[in-house]
Amino acid sequence: MATTTSTAARRAAPSRRSTARRPGGERLQPAFLWMVLPAFVLFFVFHTVPVLQGIFYSFTDSPGYGEWNWVGLSNYVALLSDARIGSAYLFTLQFAFVTTILVNALALGLAVGLNGKIKFKNTLRGVYFIPNILAILVVGYVFNYLFSSSIPAIARALGAEGRLSTSILADPQLAWIGIVILAVWQATAFNIIIYLAGLQTVPGELYEAASLDGAGRWRQFRSITFPLIAGFFTINMVLSLKSFLQVFDHIVAMTNGGPGTATESVGLVIYRGGFQGGEYGYQIANAVIFMIVIIVFAIVQLRVLQRNEVSPS
Amino acid sequence: MSATSITVPTSRQGGLGPDGPDLPGRPSRRRRPRDESDEGGRINWWLTVLLMVLALTIVVPLYFTVVTALKTPDQLGGSGFGLPTEVRLQNFADAWTLTNFPRTALNSALITVGAVVLTLLTNSMVAYAIARNMHRRLFKVLFYYFVSALFVPFPILMLPVAKQTAALGLDNQLGLVLLYVVYGLSFNVFIFVAYIHSIPRELEEAAVVDGASTWTVFWRIIFPLLAPMNATVGILTCLWAWNDFLLPLVIVSDPAGATLPLVQYVFQSQFSANYTVAFASYLMAMAPLLLVYVFAQRWVISGVTRGAIK
Repeated sequence: MATTTSTAARRAAPSRRSTARRPGGERLQPAFLWMVLPAFVLFFVFHTVPVLQGIFYSFTDSPGYGEWNWVGLSNYVALLSDARIGSAYLFTLQFAFVTTILVNALALGLAVGLNGKIKFKNTLRGVYFIPNILAILVVGYVFNYLFSSSIPAIARALGAEGRLSTSILADPQLAWIGIVILAVWQATAFNIIIYLAGLQTVPGELYEAASLDGAGRWRQFRSITFPLIAGFFTINMVLSLKSFLQVFDHIVAMTNGGPGTATESVGLVIYRGGFQGGEYGYQIANAVIFMIVIIVFAIVQLRVLQRNEVSPS
Repeated sequence: MSATSITVPTSRQGGLGPDGPDLPGRPSRRRRPRDESDEGGRINWWLTVLLMVLALTIVVPLYFTVVTALKTPDQLGGSGFGLPTEVRLQNFADAWTLTNFPRTALNSALITVGAVVLTLLTNSMVAYAIARNMHRRLFKVLFYYFVSALFVPFPILMLPVAKQTAALGLDNQLGLVLLYVVYGLSFNVFIFVAYIHSIPRELEEAAVVDGASTWTVFWRIIFPLLAPMNATVGILTCLWAWNDFLLPLVIVSDPAGATLPLVQYVFQSQFSANYTVAFASYLMAMAPLLLVYVFAQRWVISGVTRGAIK
């Protein structure tokens, strides 16, 4: 099929150009409108309207039910001096940065390995993808038990005293590490797949030429592999950071925000305050700021990474 | 490592021609096992062993889940990695009733199947209409409208949409299906449109000359051609709908409508001390997708890989 389509494309190439030259010239088929109309309506009702409602309520003192008053920007002002919100942002940013870097470094390394000349290639790829198909919440409960019971028990059996002999999840300073481990364990799989897809776009002849020129493995990776899959790297970094900033399931399963409020993420604070704490308007304002933060990070990240994408190649 | 070890296989891969680099899906994967057996001595055993050792980090937690689920409570002490001295299948029976497993699993299955089927049928159609009318301002605006939602975090609409679905009587499985279809649209349209751009228009034009309507063209020509993308989108939607926790948590109000992750959450908070039964329950929640994956593994990976390319 691939051959027929490509020859058809080649044969009809001139006529294709001519259709492109008269944009709007032909009449719009009504069918196309019917194809997008239901989706547009549903998207508008279930996505845009809630977002707009959210932005509206962020200027009120609504507890989520009953009466509310217009309070202007005071939610936003209050957010700036809220220590709990501040620490939630600090935790979320710290978690998201560390996890994004770890996940991408590990996934890239493992993908290069899984793309190499190895035995049991398909089986190994299959095993490495398993975490991606499991629910974070459920895996999180298992990891929770590992951290709070098994690892301390092993540490005690080995005679280790101090921090490892108790649960790191109960330690305000260390609990976030447990959550990072769960997130890395679960998310690396999907990134491996994307990097594998990228690695397969690299033509083998390049390595041939490079090794004739005497380039070692590391040099080949730095000068050929990485520049050619830089686009995949950018996509993975942006998507990873965006999803880790919204971390929720991991925390519910591992620490539930504790000990104290040491591992409360922004998403968790919004959920708790908004649904259970009667701070609907206030937390929606928080969510609006959160959206701006995420968009800014995504744009900055895209800019920086894409600039690096161009220069080496 | 050595120059020759790289030269030989790559030059042969280069011989595969144009479908080598840009179509890494099935064809190259089919050939790879032959490559391996051809150059048996060239296999990088160090790398293989290293990757196998690292794979233990994935296998060991799963092993731990299984053995814990099979133990009696009094075998729980220590590291918990030892094999059970006495297998207790009653854990599964208890978890089955405590989580109302048949009901919960059926909910998850219905939501997942509904979301996957509806997503494939509708999102591809929307993407097709947009991709083929990108030169019109209306459709271009629509494209950016959908795609820009990729950067709107869920928390901002989570509270309003929970109220909205409750008011509309959609705080149930049907509402969840609808939301998965709608919220998946941003990403799916993004990748579907890129893929449809690579399908030559001439195929459709020929059909139109033969008298086919736009609908016929879509269902008879485009939709079948989208198969690799459909596989990717289907797999990702399936994983999302089956494993998602936050959306059911904020949408579903009736406990009878709970999904598998949601019921683990309720279960955990009510019976937290009962570890062996809890682990049996976790295992039962993981098992369905794990089983499907074991049988469909190769297909799943190649599906996601191919989708990522375009």
